[in-house]
Formats: sequence, structure tokens, C-alpha cells
Amino acid sequence: MSTVTEQHNTHGDDHADHGLTDLGYIKIAIFLAVITAVEVVFSYTQDQLGAAFLPGLLILMAVKFFMVLLYFMHLKFDSKLFSLMFYIGLVLAVGCYAVFLATLHFFQS
Amino acid sequence: MADTAVHADEHVDHGGHYSSTGLSNNKLAMWMFLGSECLLFGGLISTYMLYRGRHSENLGPDQVWDIPFTSASSFVLLMSSLTMVLAVSSAVRDDDRNTKVWLSVTALLGALFVAGQVYEFTTFYREGLGFTTSLFSSSFYTLTGFHGVHVSVGIIMLMSLVGMISKNKVVGDKKETVELFGLYWHFVDVVWILIFTLVYLIPA
Repeated sequence: MSTVTEQHNTHGDDHADHGLTDLGYIKIAIFLAVITAVEVVFSYTQDQLGAAFLPGLLILMAVKFFMVLLYFMHLKFDSKLFSLMFYIGLVLAVGCYAVFLATLHFFQS
Repeated sequence: MADTAVHADEHVDHGGHYSSTGLSNNKLAMWMFLGSECLLFGGLISTYMLYRGRHSENLGPDQVWDIPFTSASSFVLLMSSLTMVLAVSSAVRDDDRNTKVWLSVTALLGALFVAGQVYEFTTFYREGLGFTTSLFSSSFYTLTGFHGVHVSVGIIMLMSLVGMISKNKVVGDKKETVELFGLYWHFVDVVWILIFTLVYLIPA
């Protein structure tokens, strides 16, 4: 990405490269705001969207989630160990509660 | 082994604590904490999803939600993530003045979000949706209330950090401290991204 800087410092690998320039962060924020607007439009047009409504909304949510995680929280540029720490919790939570909801027949309703 | 010792010594001057991998222990601990927070909010979101249909006929999600208002609140919180990342960026450049400005703006946007949540809760309560009205209302207030408390704690932390930077009382690596506060704030935003879609936009 052209907006990636080379802001190196001497504090170790964990925050050696802080990723984007300020302009890059502003572009990401605008992108996130646009996705939020699209999500709201989705919620008002669910009848027209039909079966595409729910998957579309979930995909937009996931895009926003990972954009913040990877760029604003610097996971894309940081050590993989930080990613591992977070993803262990995330995968555990998603797996655990998916089983919980499935046990209570949530997905059948 | 000797390399490890040398590598660790390199970081002593910055006031932070670094592991043998060269990674900050504080940052590693923060990511572990955020990972554990996924389990907390996962439980609250799952409980809400399970109970969102358990309400009386006229006081369900589709009757009480004000999507335009909540969308505006979501936008405010999203923009607070931008100001937070600009604060971190300023801290990396050793620009204390802009770091304090962006941290203060972040806290202000966070306060605006919490004010919106208080207004929303008050409106719902006046419409008859109390905490114990139904399983739906209990799970909704618990989920969004927990999130609101996280935002409120974040605001207190941000304002404390602004005060500490002003008085030059930040212990250790200032850049890393701002970054750690930023990680917490962004996580709060990330959780709201999930809540906004799963709770507000997907009909019950």
C-alpha cells in the first residue's frame, strides 16, 4: 500500500513499524463510515435484498471488524505473537458460544 | 543466550519490560486481556441472541429501536477510533501537544457516545422497557450496559493519561503507554461494530 510509511524506531520489533500515515488512517476511517452507511441502507432494504440480506450484513460487519483490528490496532504490522494472543481468545469465544447456541437450538429457529 | 541478554538490555533505557523475544510484556499482556474480553462479550452477545425473541408483543427490538440515532452514535464511536490512532501516531513522533489534543478529542467523542446511550436507555425506560420487563430487555441492557461501562472506563483512562502527559508523569515508554490505551479503545470500538450489526440491524 502506498500509504505505508517507514516509521522505524528503536523500541524493538513489537512496534518497529506503525503502519500507515495519518492520511492513510483517515482514508480507512472514511471507508469504515461508508460501510456503516451501507449497513444501515441494508437494514432498510431487507425485503428487496431477500436471502442476501443476512450474509451481506455479516460480511460488512466482518470487514469493519478486521479493518479496525489490522490497521487501527496495528495487528497487520505487529508481531504475529500479538495476533496469536488475540485470535486464541476470539476463536475460543466464537467456537464456545457457537456450540452453546447450537445446543440450545438457536440456529434451527 | 548472550544475544538475548544484549537484546533485552537494549530496551532497559526505554523504561519498558521486554521478554526474550524482544516483545513488550505490557503489550503482550494487553493482547491477552483483549483476547479474554472476547469471551466476556461473546457470552453477553450469545445470551442476547438467545433471548431477543422473548418479549411482549409491543415492546420488542423492532418496536423500540431508533436506527438513525444508533447509527449516529456508531459513527461517533468509529470516529473516536480515528482520533485515537492519530493520538498514537502523534506519540510515535514525540509530539506531546498533538497527542494530548487527540486523546482529549477521543475522550470527548467517547463521552458523546455514552451520553447517547444514556439518552437511549432513558427513552426505552419511558416506553416501558425496564431491566426486568423481559428476558430480551435484561439481556439487552446487560450487553450494552457492559459495553458502556467499558467506554466510560476508557474515558477516565484517557483523561488520566492526558493529565499524566501534561505533568510528565508517565512511567516507562510514553509511546507504548499511549499505544496500550489505544488498543483498549479500539477494542471497545470493535465490540460495538459487532453489537451494532447483531443487535440493532438484524431484525429479531
